[in-house]
Amino acid sequence: MSDNHDHLPATTQEEPIANPGLPPHTWRPTDVDERLAKRAERQVAGLFGLSSICVILFLVSYFTLKVGDNHTTFAGFGASTIALGSTLGAALLLIGIGIIQWARKLMGDHEIVEMRHPARSSDEDRQGTLDALALGLEESGIGRRPLVRNSLLGSVALLGLPAIVMLRDLGPLPGDKLYHTVWKPRMRVVRDVVGTPINIADLEIGDLVNAEPEIIFAVDEDGEHVLRGAELQTAKSKAAVILLRMDPQDLTPGKGRDNWAVDGIVCYSKICTHVGCPISLNERKTHHLLCPCHQSTFDLADSGKVVFGPAARALPQLPLMVDDEGFLMAQDDFNEPVGPSFWERG
Amino acid sequence: MLMLGLVMTGSLYAAFAPAQAESAESDTELIAEGRELFLISCVFCHGQNGEGVLTEGGTQYGPSLAGVGAAAADFQLGTGRMPLVQPGAQGAAKAPVFNEDEIAALSAYVGSLGPGPAIPDEGDYSIESLDDEEREEAISRGGQIFLTNCTACHNFSGNGGAMPRGGQAPSILNTSPEHIYEAMLTGPGNMDVFSNGNLTPEEKRDVIAYIETMRDQPEYGGFGLGGLGPVSEGLFGWLVGIGGLVGFAIWIAAHSTRTTKAPMKGTDA
Amino acid sequence: MGAWLTMSIDTSKVADTNSTTAATPKKPSKAGVVANWADERLGLGTVMKKNLRKVFPDHWSFMLGEIALWSFVVLLLSGVFLTLWFTPSMGEVEYQGSYSPLRGVEMSEAMASTLKLSFDVRGGLLMRQMHHWAALIFIASMMIHLLRVYFTGAFRKPRELNWVIGSLLLLLGTLEGFTGYSLPDDLLSGTGIRAADGFMKSMPVVGTYMSFFLFGGEFPGESIIPRLYTVHVLLIPGILLALIAAHMLLLVYHKHTQWPGPGRTEENVVGFPMLPVYAAKAGGFFFIVFGVAALMGGLLSINPIWKFGPYDPTKVTAGSQPDWYMGWPDGALRIMPGWESHFLGVTLSWNVFLPIIVLPGLMFTILMMLPFIEAWITGDKRDHHLLQRPRNAPTRTATMVALMTFYGLMWAAGGNDIIAIKLHLSINQITYFMRAAVFIGPVIAFFITRRWCISLQRHDEQKLLHGYETGIIMRSAEGGYSERHLPISDEAAYKLTARDRDEVWTPTTETDSNGIPAKGGRLDGVRSKLSALMYADNVQKPTAEELEAAHHHADHEHELQAPLEGHSADGHQFDGHHAVDGESLRGDH
Repeated sequence: MSDNHDHLPATTQEEPIANPGLPPHTWRPTDVDERLAKRAERQVAGLFGLSSICVILFLVSYFTLKVGDNHTTFAGFGASTIALGSTLGAALLLIGIGIIQWARKLMGDHEIVEMRHPARSSDEDRQGTLDALALGLEESGIGRRPLVRNSLLGSVALLGLPAIVMLRDLGPLPGDKLYHTVWKPRMRVVRDVVGTPINIADLEIGDLVNAEPEIIFAVDEDGEHVLRGAELQTAKSKAAVILLRMDPQDLTPGKGRDNWAVDGIVCYSKICTHVGCPISLNERKTHHLLCPCHQSTFDLADSGKVVFGPAARALPQLPLMVDDEGFLMAQDDFNEPVGPSFWERG
Repeated sequence: MLMLGLVMTGSLYAAFAPAQAESAESDTELIAEGRELFLISCVFCHGQNGEGVLTEGGTQYGPSLAGVGAAAADFQLGTGRMPLVQPGAQGAAKAPVFNEDEIAALSAYVGSLGPGPAIPDEGDYSIESLDDEEREEAISRGGQIFLTNCTACHNFSGNGGAMPRGGQAPSILNTSPEHIYEAMLTGPGNMDVFSNGNLTPEEKRDVIAYIETMRDQPEYGGFGLGGLGPVSEGLFGWLVGIGGLVGFAIWIAAHSTRTTKAPMKGTDA
Repeated sequence: MGAWLTMSIDTSKVADTNSTTAATPKKPSKAGVVANWADERLGLGTVMKKNLRKVFPDHWSFMLGEIALWSFVVLLLSGVFLTLWFTPSMGEVEYQGSYSPLRGVEMSEAMASTLKLSFDVRGGLLMRQMHHWAALIFIASMMIHLLRVYFTGAFRKPRELNWVIGSLLLLLGTLEGFTGYSLPDDLLSGTGIRAADGFMKSMPVVGTYMSFFLFGGEFPGESIIPRLYTVHVLLIPGILLALIAAHMLLLVYHKHTQWPGPGRTEENVVGFPMLPVYAAKAGGFFFIVFGVAALMGGLLSINPIWKFGPYDPTKVTAGSQPDWYMGWPDGALRIMPGWESHFLGVTLSWNVFLPIIVLPGLMFTILMMLPFIEAWITGDKRDHHLLQRPRNAPTRTATMVALMTFYGLMWAAGGNDIIAIKLHLSINQITYFMRAAVFIGPVIAFFITRRWCISLQRHDEQKLLHGYETGIIMRSAEGGYSERHLPISDEAAYKLTARDRDEVWTPTTETDSNGIPAKGGRLDGVRSKLSALMYADNVQKPTAEELEAAHHHADHEHELQAPLEGHSADGHQFDGHHAVDGESLRGDH
């Protein structure tokens, strides 16, 4: 054991016990017994063979199991995905396990030693590099001709401007878009999804309605929606509201908001003032509205003010009124921006 | 105003629920039977005549049942929420204490205390009567209403979710269509009310049709992992994915069995 | 047999081949012709000669990074498949595909094409789920790989730059995951983008502009998905590929670190050669990672977008969470108090800006700086190729455990609603608890871990000096009881001592010759204090003299017990190193 000790370089940590050197190689049963080696060979080949069977099963599943309208099901699962996934997975795993078994049982497993070299270059190489660099710089005259150097630096630096300026048309400037929604004075409040107007006589105490401004569902004379696609989504993302009817006695109207509720019916922006998730998790008895994204909680009986969680601002309230037929409509747009705060908001 | 509203909604229900006015005679018997049961099981919290009981502090011990309607009673008793295991806690679904007949009698009695939503019958929440195309439309419309009004609390798969201060929106995976309908009508516990003036009976029917469809849908992508969304997916990614692969890594790097023998000279190891 | 033994000691000389037949046949084969053709043009021979038998040490923890590498390959393969059907467009269409509950619903083309992939393309759902699971595994494995590297000190010189590259990979992997999560335009992904819009708007001065430029106008607009698509399939994967290449080139250049042990030193690397064993193990592992991803993709449902429905800014679901790797900043958002400042006509939303913009930036900066901070504190400028056990760097280990505790608590806070319903707790109480715990928890974790490591060091010292505990109680002639300790093997003893002695850094000179404090004197004070915190309490390995003295003492004890030697109860025969045939613990009297 001591004979190979010499080639191990001594280091500071070789005390208090000297490095005993690499232990002698020991053999695996498959190295010494040809029968066992043959058996391992058959085992590995068997794994590869099983993998091929899995691939065939994969192909059979692919061509026999239906997707789409007549989805084949198996024990309450979509048969195709399950079958394709398990056969493909098994095929891959068997190959992987086979290769590893091959390496563990049959491949030569002598550990070998390789010497390390410091990452640092040799002193000659370093000096050579420095010399070459100095010579190159000297020949370019960059040190002697500052006019060329400085004007080049200046012009290349200016090239950064086109790179930044060209991104300008990624989007329009914000302008005052965040301060307005599609709500207009006397616009009806309608039920979300179905778009029907809401008569106050229809609402019971405790009723919560997810609602929208009428224009979301409005159609023009050709029967086409007035708002479509991105425009519609943008409108919805700011104008969505929730409507709640509570016992008028429970309600504490905010300052200057005495006539914003109608018979205990209040209307608030559905967009959380934290980061903008739509919220409608209302606790009927407490009138507390919870955001499922980050748990900000607002008191709908008290001007939508924050009672818990990370939101900083109360939910904007939509002033309500009733038309002659008893349908709910907005007195006006929100008097503040809805949704998450932003720098210019003030 | 409150009374007016109640009377109005009461009459609205009467209009929507023709089943209510079947035979007055058997109703009277049923109500009497229900009152007997009520006197045994419910008066401690809800009072002799269902007028409710106040605690010394003035808060409700058991609320008044006048005007809650037979639907509310049927829901609370049918899902086992009533009688409560302990007062004050949020009622949780469990095996019903009363049998079907007793629940019918109790519900009839509670319904007789004041005008309120009646127990819906199967026609109200079944889409059997629709043709295929109408059914498909009803289901997809119901899905949109479900995602707008219900998922915020009950989760996209109906698994339930957390509410403030320890409250829970319960799972609706195993709730019967009748009870779902009644829950929407009456707003049990802290749930909002989705009265017929809020969501029309057809819209409720569509929501139920969607929920039923989702229950019958096969799990297209394999085991559902509890239907809780990315949290349970992350958990499985770590436990099954990383756990399994680290296990494989340990096997790959493990030293295989050794022997004290050495191969004979000349043999190829 | 003897010949085999001596040869196998210096294995580098014998292990070039295990085959007795010549490697190259006399007549050039077809492969030989090809190899010749390629070498004459590319000069591959020189490069490959060096690397084909390159040594890689074998340890399970060295394969964690491989999980990340192979899951990245799975991501590339499954991702390319997905792009063949996915339409990155927010154009509105009415869904008329085969998933009936959504028929007739208006949605973006992105969502409609994802539904088509899931229901009308055979294997499409499998590939989607494989892609998603592989993504979760990709980031998780990068993280455990990072922890392994940190806990074993593998980030030290000369590998600091590779640590930085690895940290960038983690950061980019997270961004890549988030952009992918956003692409299908289902309810969850849209909710994620909506929140991201809120995050951007919280940035001082530029926030609103950033949001308008990214979305091409007001949220949600119709540009965000095509733009994120380009970022997801081109920009970030390109950078990831380049960084992974650099990461692995540096790994090959530096050669892998190894655990200290007999024959394993700072100057060498002992292990299996690239060809065949390491290549086979790495290649086999690729198939295993691929296979596990396929099994998970086939059997475990992930991101069932048909249940969420298309994104609609008015809809939301309980359990709206990001994927796990975004969970911790989401938790920070949840537990942050609602602070917002209004001054000079502007609004600064601390409640969003601090947890989601400042905190992750700060955490990643700390992460990348860790090797440099440690090197500065210890003043250690030597190369390190031998790994350290976590216990032998108690303060470092404790630092990472503290960071992990912080991360874990934030993570739990990100799932506070799920915790609340599963454990019947109140989300409010959980939130209040977490607000304190994220500050107190890491401090407690730091001190416990540090002391724990030091006591493990003491345990090692005991083993070195007095041997291991046999569990055999000896009764002396006088009737006293003692546990019998037996010396550990030379190899085990060497392993325990194969580590550096820690030296607390002290400023070289307080003042220069003129009595003026040296430059940076104040910082030096901090540095020596930190260095003391780092090292002063550590248990150092015994010196040769101490070891000698202890062994001498042990020998004396053994002498006292000598009369018992050879008897059934001396304990020796049950230590696992001796044959125990015909002996029983009690002895046959």
